[in-house]
Amino acid sequence: MIEVSNLSVTFRNGRRPIHAVRDVSFEVADGETFGIVGESGSGKSTILKAVAGLVESEAPSLKISGLSVGSKRSKADRRLMQYVFQDPYGSLHPRQTVDDMLREPLLIHGVQEIATKVNEALSDVGLLPQHRYRYPHQLSGGQRQRVAIARALILKPRILLLDEPTSALDVSIQAEILNLISRLRRSYQLTSILVSHDLGVVAHLCNRIAIMQNGKLVELLEVESLRRGNAKESYTQELIAASRGFTRAPA
Amino acid sequence: MSQSPLLEVEGLNVSFPGRGGLTRAVRNVSFSLGRERLGIVGESGSGKSTTGRALLGLIPRPGIVTANRMQFAGQNLMAMQDAEWQALRGRRISMVMQDPKYSLNPVLKIGHQIQETYLLHYRGAAEDARKRALAMLEAVKIRDPDFVYHLYPHQLSGGMGQRVMIAMMLIAEPDLLIADEPTSALDVTVQNQVLRILDDLVTDRGMGLIFISHNLTIVSSFCDRVLVMYGGKIVEECMANELHKARHPYTQALIKAAPSLEHKTSELSVVVRDPEWLA
Repeated sequence: MIEVSNLSVTFRNGRRPIHAVRDVSFEVADGETFGIVGESGSGKSTILKAVAGLVESEAPSLKISGLSVGSKRSKADRRLMQYVFQDPYGSLHPRQTVDDMLREPLLIHGVQEIATKVNEALSDVGLLPQHRYRYPHQLSGGQRQRVAIARALILKPRILLLDEPTSALDVSIQAEILNLISRLRRSYQLTSILVSHDLGVVAHLCNRIAIMQNGKLVELLEVESLRRGNAKESYTQELIAASRGFTRAPA
Repeated sequence: MSQSPLLEVEGLNVSFPGRGGLTRAVRNVSFSLGRERLGIVGESGSGKSTTGRALLGLIPRPGIVTANRMQFAGQNLMAMQDAEWQALRGRRISMVMQDPKYSLNPVLKIGHQIQETYLLHYRGAAEDARKRALAMLEAVKIRDPDFVYHLYPHQLSGGMGQRVMIAMMLIAEPDLLIADEPTSALDVTVQNQVLRILDDLVTDRGMGLIFISHNLTIVSSFCDRVLVMYGGKIVEECMANELHKARHPYTQALIKAAPSLEHKTSELSVVVRDPEWLA
């Protein structure tokens, strides 16, 4: 479904180049959820943005359903994949109601029967009809993230890109959102890429996981080997040990 | 050192008047703290940070703080005047905040900010303050203190910024450190380094530590004892290594709601809230 080969992204700060992503390749099968983990600055979100076409990458490096996608995206390309951002407080327009925000993608793509589609999308993500005319500040963090997911799914995309969808939420709300995502990806038959710094979250949702460090893909793991702690690279082992909790320095 | 506890709190209540009546942020909280690591866990809005702030007299007006007893090293905190608070804050009790990006002054050099605390409480010579600041930077495992001393906050990474904040709090050698989500903004591998520094300080200096966090994994592996807060109340108190045997349904639900790296679960269990818990 998604084929990324030798992807590199370089930003420029004055004359100094910053290599955010260096020579990363991976494939995501149809219906699979692919995980990317790494620390801040490792380039994990940049990969996602490059796949979505939000940052310029050194093309040609991306194929979707066998077709090459360039840096210029057509409307159909955009409709194919949708994005859910980390911060539900920042990704919703503060002066638009839920209804406005869900309508907008439908209007852009000229979809018919807007009203019924909005209602369906709301009930799909577990929101009630009375939430439809609320503003973001009238919703809780979990409800806002539900709105962001509804907005992403309202165009019935085939690919969903999730950038730390639960890291701004409490554990109990995180559990609700993760359950929602796993239910929806079944009913919508989604192929997705999930970026997170939380190994537990990634292991819960993904089949295969890429570990990133300094813009490079360090290791590609099956979820079972991640759970068992069977990592080849020392960095991955360090990451697994650190997420199991605090350890005192060896005396 | 197990004579009298460092801090004793009995029946602490914090409420904020608003249009809809009183909002009770902290309800009838009692605990005592020796020279140990006490963890406070809970979700956002559970009153854990407000409890920490009340201990420092930092509840802004019109917030109302009442307590049957709130005693720190023999001093009654409830009867304190502003000047007495000033002498206590920073010198005896310090607080480390969550995010170094917002808590450091962006236009002052690191060294200057660390010295400020020392000069305020000890009125020493500038040269002494400089030496102490460098020693503190070394104590929090900053590799090149002389270099970092002259940097501005925006030139530091998150982990370094957090260590600088700890250095700033420690220069006055407080007896009690309240750390409010000190590692939440940090990567897991850096998290461990910062925790190790805090751990050494408790063991070597015999400092008391209140560690506020929403992360159960960290609290259960790092602290000695844990208080679990829900809706402003302490619903459970237990030894940290026995957190998995928690009895209160809220604590149990919270533990189960976190996706685990070890075990596979098809569906995460969701916390079903019982109004009884707040009764």
